Amino acid sequence: MSGPREYWLDRSENVSKIYRGLWLFGLALLAVDLALHKHEDFAFAAWFGFYCLFGFFACVVLVLVAKRLRGVLMRAEDYYER
Amino acid sequence: MSADFPVALVFLLGAVVVPLLHGRLRTAWMLLLPVAAFACLLTLPLGESGQVELLGQTLVLMRVDRLSLLFGYVFVLASLLNVIYALHLKDTVQHVAGLVYAGSSIGAVFAGDLMTLFIYWELTAVSSVLLIWAQRSDSSFRTGLRYVLVQLLSGMFLLAGALLHWRTTGSLAFGQIGLSGPAGVLILIAFGIKCAFPLLHNWLQDAYPAATPTGAVILSAFTTKLGIYALARAYPGTEMLIWVGTLMAAFPIFYAVIENDLRRVLAYSMNNQLGFMVVGIGIGSELAINGAVAHAFADILFKGLLFMSMGAVLLRTGTVKGSELGGLYKSMPWTTGFCMVGAASISAFPLFSGFVTKSMIMSAAAGEGLLLTWLVLLFASAGVFHHAGIKIPYFAFFGHDSGIRCQEAPRNMLVAMAIGAALCIGIGVFPQALYAILPYAVSYQPYSASHVVAQLQLLVFSALAFAVLMRTGIYPPELRSVNLDSDWFYRVLFASWAQRATDALQQARATFGRMLRSTGGRLYARIHRHHGPQGSLARTWPTGSMALWVTTMLLAWLALYYLP
Repeated sequence: MSGPREYWLDRSENVSKIYRGLWLFGLALLAVDLALHKHEDFAFAAWFGFYCLFGFFACVVLVLVAKRLRGVLMRAEDYYER
Repeated sequence: MSADFPVALVFLLGAVVVPLLHGRLRTAWMLLLPVAAFACLLTLPLGESGQVELLGQTLVLMRVDRLSLLFGYVFVLASLLNVIYALHLKDTVQHVAGLVYAGSSIGAVFAGDLMTLFIYWELTAVSSVLLIWAQRSDSSFRTGLRYVLVQLLSGMFLLAGALLHWRTTGSLAFGQIGLSGPAGVLILIAFGIKCAFPLLHNWLQDAYPAATPTGAVILSAFTTKLGIYALARAYPGTEMLIWVGTLMAAFPIFYAVIENDLRRVLAYSMNNQLGFMVVGIGIGSELAINGAVAHAFADILFKGLLFMSMGAVLLRTGTVKGSELGGLYKSMPWTTGFCMVGAASISAFPLFSGFVTKSMIMSAAAGEGLLLTWLVLLFASAGVFHHAGIKIPYFAFFGHDSGIRCQEAPRNMLVAMAIGAALCIGIGVFPQALYAILPYAVSYQPYSASHVVAQLQLLVFSALAFAVLMRTGIYPPELRSVNLDSDWFYRVLFASWAQRATDALQQARATFGRMLRSTGGRLYARIHRHHGPQGSLARTWPTGSMALWVTTMLLAWLALYYLP
């Protein structure tokens, strides 16, 4: 063995490839909305890009709120042991 | 075996023998028990059997219908996976506790009356706590104590509710109860504790991460799903549950995002999945109940799989803290793969189990026009992918390389994970197999173009949000920390009240003691003054003075005698 083995994911340009690939896949899915008419119980759910926007912003809001919550809720690891 | 033989006894009696066996014989015996129990289940006739007369009441040990049978199947299946997963262990206590726990959960599922349910309910509490105490550390001992207290409290509510129910209706039968009287409320609280309703939930996040690597897997399968079963049996269509479930689906995901202990993240995401099921039970339509119990079935498998992968990480690296891990895919490629299957299943990716079960609940909510609930559940679906689907695999196996190099998980663990993963994919690809054993006939079709596309859009854009936040550095890093939750009330607030009350009581006692001492002292001093050695009343008189006084008295008498 000559040194630690290098993995494909160790190279940051490969991670960027995955990142760009994910965007392409997402945009392709968004494009499907142009052709596919969804059957939904709530009319607004069939709007163009509803699930894409909802998924994206739900997660952004989730993370930002959770980050704020840390200010209120976070304590040192031994908080209960003291 | 006779058809009305209680299946629970296969495990309970089988567990008694385990300590006597060693080596391969023990392995074979423990593998045989779930298989035998499954064979037992297949021969069970529908209906009630195993009646026992006790105190003028008929206890029904085996009530077999489609609902109890479904949970019976999945509990037996889970127990088989758990046995395989724990085969490498030499710890007899954990093996026995795991089997008794599985057996008592199965017993509770088939219980036809509230008293039998109560007995098995308590047995699950007592046996499961051993899986936490088996960690054999000070802190896990205290955590286990908190856990078992909460579980026994749930049992007390159940007992009180059952007795009240008996007095008002004259029957102990365990069927639809509803919220009509105080008995219904008490029993709902008992079930609510097991289902981890908001504010009654924190035993779950407190206890599961403290259990042994194998113990957490076993714990994840039974207690909460037993609660879901009991809820589906007794409270279908109770509107309040829709709101309780909606809240449950939403709030834990915020905690999951900032939690560092990855097994606690899973406990939060379990809470969130239970929320979906509770909503389904609250809606109460055939589609919703089917969805709730199907999702419980799927959840036992994918949550078990996720706990298994984290258990393997804990076993090999000694930690499951996101802040310490990363890059483990290099050392544990198989575990990584299985974890990702579990992650895809809980996130409800098409072709994985969560997709075909969770969507029934979503569809039922939309069909009833529950706009707010549907939106919150959709938010929770995106959130669960975010924290369980991405966060767990990312921080453990990918992300920043922690430099930890370890062995792959033991072979028995890999086998258990492989079976779990296969079942997750199997249910996702062939949903009809699961749909066929649900309580009601299913006409729902999960694989429509619009559903698949919508779900993929939701998930891929959630993943994009994660990637964007990660690359811009907005995503909060994993930090060594604990987050306050409702357990703060009893671990800190009530404890400090109790401490203060003890202090006040002690002070009152000390003051009273001081008062008593000083009053007593004064009393003693007074007695001492009059009766002590120098006291005027207890003084010793010299003999001379006595003779003098006697002479004086005699002279006085003489004088008086001669007086005329």
